[in-house]
Amino acid sequence: MGAAKTNGAAHTGATVKKRSQAAEIWRRLKKNRMAMLGLAVVLLLVLISIFADFLFDYDTIVIKQNTQIRLQSPSGEHWLGTDEFGRDILARIVHGSRVSLSVGVVAVSISLMIGGTLGAVAGFYGGKVDNVIMRFMDILLAVPSLLLSITIVSALGPSIFNLMLALAISSVPGYARIVRASVLTVKDQEFVEAARCIGANNFEIIASHIIPNCMAPIIVQVSLKVASAILSTSGLSFLGLGVKAPTPEWGAMLSGGRAYLRNAPHLTIFPGIAIIITILSLNLLGDGLRDALDPKLKK
Amino acid sequence: MAEANKKDLILDINDLVIHYETEDGVVEAVNGLDIQLEHGKTLGLVGETGSGKTTTALSILRLVPDPPGVIKNGSIILDGKDVLNMPIKELEAIRGNLVSMIFQDPMTSLNPVLTVGEQIAEVIALHEEGGEKEAAQKAGDMLEVVGIPRERYGEYPHQFSGGMKQRVVIAMALACNPKLLLADEPTTALDVTIQAQVLETMKQLREKYGSAMIMITHDLGIIAEVCDEVSVVYAGQIVEHGTLEDVFESTLHPYTEGLFGSLPNIEERRERLQPIPGLMPDPTDLPKGCCFAPRCKYCTAECEKARPEKKWVNDTHYVRCTRYNEPDFKIERSER
Repeated sequence: MGAAKTNGAAHTGATVKKRSQAAEIWRRLKKNRMAMLGLAVVLLLVLISIFADFLFDYDTIVIKQNTQIRLQSPSGEHWLGTDEFGRDILARIVHGSRVSLSVGVVAVSISLMIGGTLGAVAGFYGGKVDNVIMRFMDILLAVPSLLLSITIVSALGPSIFNLMLALAISSVPGYARIVRASVLTVKDQEFVEAARCIGANNFEIIASHIIPNCMAPIIVQVSLKVASAILSTSGLSFLGLGVKAPTPEWGAMLSGGRAYLRNAPHLTIFPGIAIIITILSLNLLGDGLRDALDPKLKK
Repeated sequence: MAEANKKDLILDINDLVIHYETEDGVVEAVNGLDIQLEHGKTLGLVGETGSGKTTTALSILRLVPDPPGVIKNGSIILDGKDVLNMPIKELEAIRGNLVSMIFQDPMTSLNPVLTVGEQIAEVIALHEEGGEKEAAQKAGDMLEVVGIPRERYGEYPHQFSGGMKQRVVIAMALACNPKLLLADEPTTALDVTIQAQVLETMKQLREKYGSAMIMITHDLGIIAEVCDEVSVVYAGQIVEHGTLEDVFESTLHPYTEGLFGSLPNIEERRERLQPIPGLMPDPTDLPKGCCFAPRCKYCTAECEKARPEKKWVNDTHYVRCTRYNEPDFKIERSER
C-alpha cells in the first residue's frame, strides 16, 4: 500500500471519527424535545445575562430608586411592574440572572473539581486513602449545608466570591460520594485491567477509562446542583449573607417582596417564575445530556 | 530442552510460586512452575479451571492482584529483563509493547464509552513516538489488518459482534508488534465458527510479526492447531511438557491422558466419554505428595509421599510422575 494512500485513508478515518462523535451526541440530543427546550431556555438566559447592559442600564434603571412609582402593577411602561422602591422588576430580573447564573456555574465547577478529584482518588486507590478522604467528607456532610455555607460566608465576609466558595465547599461531599461510587463499580471491570495490560499508568486509567464511564451520574448531579446553588444563593441573600443591596438578585427580590405579598404579589411571583424556569430548564437539559452521552442507550 | 540456549529465550520463568493470602487461608495458585519459550514459538498452557494458568500469565505482566496475590519465589526473565524487580515505569513501558495480552471475554475487555479506534490508538500513543494523528492512522491500519474496514474506526464496542470485538482486542494486542503475546482463552467466549476465524487471524498475524505466544486454553483442539509446544498444568505445576508431537503422540502423564479421554471422538460415538474422576484438589490444602494422586488410577503409596520431580524422557519432553521411576511403567492409552 502506498504511503500517500494510507495517509489519505487514515485522515478520512480520523476526521470521520471526530465529526461523528460530536454529531452523534448532538443528533441524539436533538431527538429529545424536552432537552432541546431546556437548552433553548438556558441559552436564552445566558444571552440575556451577557447583554443585560444593552437591555437595561444598570445605574439609571436597575438600582435608581423612584418612590413615586413604587409597587405598580404590570403596565405598558413597566412590563412586570415596579418594586417597593419603584424599580422596574423586569430590569432587575434580567440583571439578576447574571448573579444567579455565574454563582451557579462557578460554585458547581469548583465543587465538581474538588469533589470529583477526591472521590475518584478515594474510589480508585481504596484502603487508607479512601478512609481518610471519605471520613473527612462525612464530617462536612454532618453539618447541614446551608449552615455550613452561612458559617463560611460569615467567616470570610459577605461577597459574591465568598458566596460561591461557600456553596462550592458545602456541595463537595455530594460529588465525592457520587464519583467514588461510580469509580468503585467501574474500576473492577476487565477493560481497566486491559488498560493496565497495555501499559497505561494510574492517571491515564482514571482519566481516560474510568471517568468517562462515570459521566452519567455526574452530569445529572451537575444539572441539579447548578439549580440548587441558585436556590441557595437566594436563601443566603435573604439572610443578608449573599449579594448586598442594591445589587439585583432573584432571592433577595423574593425576600424583599415578602412584606407586600398581599397587595403586590407580582413582587414575588415574577422572580419566583424566573427561578423556576431556570431550574426546570437546567434539569431538562441535564437529563437529555445524560441520555445523549451514553452510547449504550442509543436506539 | 534441558540445556536450552538462554540467548534465544523470550521468556524464562523459573520455579515460580504465587500464593493468594486471603483471610480464609493461603491459596497456592502456582507452585514451582517453569516456562522456557523461544522467540517466535507458541506454547500452549492446558489445564482445568483454577489450575493457575491465568495467574501465571498475569504474573508475566506483574499484574497479579496484590493484595491478596504474593509472588513467593522464582524469577521471570522477559527478553533478558527481570520482570519481578523492575521499576513500575519500566513495567508500564513494556506492557502492551514488548508483551501484550488478549483477554478471554471481548465483551468486557473493551471500554464501552470509547470508540474502538481510539482504544487501539491509545496503545500506540502510549508506546510509540509521534502524535495522535499518526497513532490514529496506525490504528486504522491495524483494524484493516485484522479484517475490519477502516470506516468502522469511530464506532463503539456495542456496535460490534463478539467475534469482531475479539478482533479489535487482537488489533490492540498486536498494535506495537509485541515480542510475546499472552492469549488467555481468547476464543472461549466465541461460538465455534467465529473461533476458527479468530484463531486463523491470530495465527497469521503471529507469523507475520514473528511474535512468540503463550496460548492459555482448556481446548486440546486449539492446542493442536496453533501450538509448537505444550505444557499441561495441574494445581499450579507443569505435570507434562513437550513438543506437540511428544505430548499428543506419546502421552506420559495420567492427567494428560485423562484430558484426551474426556474429548469426544467422532469415530467412536458408541463409547462413553471418560471423565477424570474427582475434582481439582482444594488449592488452600494441596496434598503433600503428587497433587493428582487422589484422582489417579495408577496411584501408589509412593505417590502420596513426595512431590514428583521432573523426569526427562528426551530432550524436549518431561513428565512429573513418580511412577516413571519404575523402569517398566506405562499408562494405558485410549485409541485415538
